[in-house]
Amino acid sequence: MPPLLNIVLLLPLAGFAALLLLPRRDHRLIRFTALFFSLATFAASLWLLRTPAASGFQWEINRPWIDDPAIRYHVGVDGISLWLVLLVTFLTPIAVLASWRHIDSRVKEFFALLLVLETGMIGVFVALDLFLFYVFWEVTLVPMYFLIGVWGHQRRIYAAMKFFLYTMAGSVLMLAAILWLYNLAGTFDFPALRSLLASGQATLTPAQELLLFAAFFLAFAIKVPLFPLHTWLPDAHVEAPTAGSILLAAVLLKMGAYGMLRFCLPLFPQASRGLAPAICLLAIIGIVYGALVCLVQPNMKKLVAYSSVSHLGFVVLGIFSFTQLGADGAVYQMLNHGITTGALFLLVGMLYERGHSLDIADYGGVATPAPGLAAAFLITSLASAGLPLLNNFVGEFLVLQGVAEVSFRYAAAAAVGVVLAAWYLLWLFQRVFLGETPEAVASQVSDLRPREWAAVVPLLVMMLWMGVYSRSFLERISATTATTLTHLELRVENLPPHAR
Amino acid sequence: MPDNAQIVRVLPEVLLSVFGTLLMVLDALTGRRRKGFLGLLALAAIYAAWIGALISYGKPGAAFYGMVAVDGLATFFRVLICAVGFLTVLSSMSYLQRDGLPQGEYYALILFSLAGQGLMAVSTDLILIFLGLEISSISTYILAGFLRQDGRSTESALKYFFLGSFATAFLLYGVALLYGAAGSTRLAAIQSAIAGGQAGGPLLGAAIGLLFVGLAFKVSAAPFQMWTPDVYQGAPSPVAAFLSTGPKAAAFAVFLRVFFTALPDAGPAWRWVLWVSALLSMTIGNLAALRQTNIKRLLAYSSIAHAGYVLVAFAARTPIGAAAAMFYLAAYAFMNIGAFVVVSHLAGRGEQYVEVDDYAGLGARRPILAALLTIFLLSLIGIPLTGGFFGKFYIFRAAIHGELIWLAVLGLLNTAVAAYYYLRVIVVMYMREPQTDVPLDPLPASVAAALLVSAAATFYLGLFPGRVLDFASRSAALLLPR
Repeated sequence: MPPLLNIVLLLPLAGFAALLLLPRRDHRLIRFTALFFSLATFAASLWLLRTPAASGFQWEINRPWIDDPAIRYHVGVDGISLWLVLLVTFLTPIAVLASWRHIDSRVKEFFALLLVLETGMIGVFVALDLFLFYVFWEVTLVPMYFLIGVWGHQRRIYAAMKFFLYTMAGSVLMLAAILWLYNLAGTFDFPALRSLLASGQATLTPAQELLLFAAFFLAFAIKVPLFPLHTWLPDAHVEAPTAGSILLAAVLLKMGAYGMLRFCLPLFPQASRGLAPAICLLAIIGIVYGALVCLVQPNMKKLVAYSSVSHLGFVVLGIFSFTQLGADGAVYQMLNHGITTGALFLLVGMLYERGHSLDIADYGGVATPAPGLAAAFLITSLASAGLPLLNNFVGEFLVLQGVAEVSFRYAAAAAVGVVLAAWYLLWLFQRVFLGETPEAVASQVSDLRPREWAAVVPLLVMMLWMGVYSRSFLERISATTATTLTHLELRVENLPPHAR
Repeated sequence: MPDNAQIVRVLPEVLLSVFGTLLMVLDALTGRRRKGFLGLLALAAIYAAWIGALISYGKPGAAFYGMVAVDGLATFFRVLICAVGFLTVLSSMSYLQRDGLPQGEYYALILFSLAGQGLMAVSTDLILIFLGLEISSISTYILAGFLRQDGRSTESALKYFFLGSFATAFLLYGVALLYGAAGSTRLAAIQSAIAGGQAGGPLLGAAIGLLFVGLAFKVSAAPFQMWTPDVYQGAPSPVAAFLSTGPKAAAFAVFLRVFFTALPDAGPAWRWVLWVSALLSMTIGNLAALRQTNIKRLLAYSSIAHAGYVLVAFAARTPIGAAAAMFYLAAYAFMNIGAFVVVSHLAGRGEQYVEVDDYAGLGARRPILAALLTIFLLSLIGIPLTGGFFGKFYIFRAAIHGELIWLAVLGLLNTAVAAYYYLRVIVVMYMREPQTDVPLDPLPASVAAALLVSAAATFYLGLFPGRVLDFASRSAALLLPR
């Protein structure tokens, strides 16, 4: 097999190196180079679609990196990470296009950091060595910190600092847990660890398992973010430049959910089961709370940010329902949220470029001067609200169905979130795009330009495609989530009866 | 009469002393305008000492009746100290010219100090350790006060001298008590006396306590860290860079050798002392650094915190911990010197611009310099792909391996706190508007070289830590008595 994952990981870095060599003043050349490398990465990553629907890891590369402690460069994808990698490579060119005119100072640094971020994000999803995972996890932090802090809005420094410190606080605990696991099992290799723990060759006492789970979970929960750890998110989203918001919402949040599914469940099944009711409760609180905040939110970007808190609640709920449908729905919802919320941030960013304001009250009747923008926004809002035939419907439906298998009350409470989502999104659309057009808006707002269409249309196509042909995705997702859930079962059955 | 093999085992120290003396003589013989070559001579001397360290590693073993021993640990620290000295001299050349400082004695003092530190690394006898420490310290007392016209520098030297003398007195008293308890000053003999039960009780406890106080002062570990910020702030920046890395590394080498070779059986008593001191150093250093506005003070408090991280590795009391400490000191040396070199370059004549706010807009005005400082700061935070990350990683791995899980967790949380103040410098550089009244001199080639070497070493240790760690592990394994 060709070293496909190496190519996908290295192409953005090659772009980074190329950008550093380009002359600082030639912004056009810099933008096109960044676009070229992000598209090339996307093209290369499309080969991943040839991955068969199997339960194990594909395209594996496993080489020693450091001898002692044994750290290996071990990467690979399965039915979950495959789609997340594609999500990253799909959205990065869109983020480049979204920053085309929007970023006009320190252009070279901006695109260079964007490409480093891409490598980091891909790395998080393909790393199969816990150490390597941690390295990539931290590597995403630095470029995003700069993207927010340098190119963000007014309170950017505060937001960037908060983002960095929240994530760092969580991730150092994860590092402690990774080291402890290494000390107990003697390896950082995830598949090896998983089988050692499942077969009982390495054992954790319940107290140890709980602490380890907590350390991992906290790092992931901050990233997701799970209520009440979400407070960094509105700040970071609102202050970040458009490309930053897109990637933050679409990909960085998924790193948390992915981590829970990939590491917490298979490695610490008992602790996962034990704490699931509490986690589900927090997820439901997040769903409802996020939606309620959206209803009273005067700032568009903040509204979309809080809608993320709400939507990600579904993902966590699906994962911790421990059902096949719930897990499938959670993974599908991760992708959906990436597409739709990415699109929402993109469109809000385009509005901001025109009207120079994020306040809903400053707009009205935008549909008259910009019918194309309005149409795109409407489709995206409907998708985000879970309209059938569009992508989010499938994910939310699966999650709710899965959760209902376990607890009908949970499902009913979460469904409130779906209703509220339709309310706040359509109300947002109504206030911004319909009604009288104020003079200021009419003079400033123009319709989408070809470059902007190029960024928006792929997202709209994906919303429809993922809404209609969900089978083409779910087949491979199910194969993998089934394995994850089996690991959960295996361990419980290995236990003596009284501890089950 | 010592034979050739014995001489070879102290070759680096001999070379450094000879060249140091030569420099002083040549300094007197050359005219004011022609002193430029003295720096180059100092560089050549350090390079020769570096080669000497490698040659002497070719003939490992004891010499001078067991007073010194060339082994992995000694060589590791000799090489490290030579690298520190080399970078210090490289970054001092333009600094001395800019501020019109006497060059000959400066370089000579650096060389003597290095000789003392090299001696600390190779000695296996408490008396010789004390001598090395004094040679190193006395030179650095003078170096700290090298800006004679500057009141802060004089204060720095005086403070360093008085408190340093106290500390060495404590150490010497500890040595005396240890001699009283064990009947020898040879580390190996002390170990066998303790293992055999001839030494013990309160006398030994007091001796260990006093030794700890003396060494903790030298590495600026809490609660003996008070002097650090004042001394680093007042000392010329290249000297501060040197103080925070060279003498500190040598003192840690002594720490390792004394506590691992002579006192491994002295029981869990010093484990708790180290535990508490490590936690205090990290916490005090990091919390105090949060409030600093002067970059030199900030780096001084950060160096206290970093001493705390190294002590975490010590507290594990395993060869893995010792190796982690060695690796960390190497990584720390390069990233910290790098940061200080940038500081010393930007400070301008008479060190006028040493506030964090003076760095506003540096990212736009001097992108490469700002990028380099960012790399060093990220390494100090411990972001992956830098040497600082692997250093912390090995240290906390050693701590967890040594069952010090809570210390590791507290230490890791400390690194998250520390991120804040390093990031604040980055924020000022990249996210604040430039202040035009801070003059920026062009980067002299020697400073640029020092920065590039530091950055390259930081990345090397961050990407391929294997070889250095491997050497450290093999050396550390030999420390424990068999």
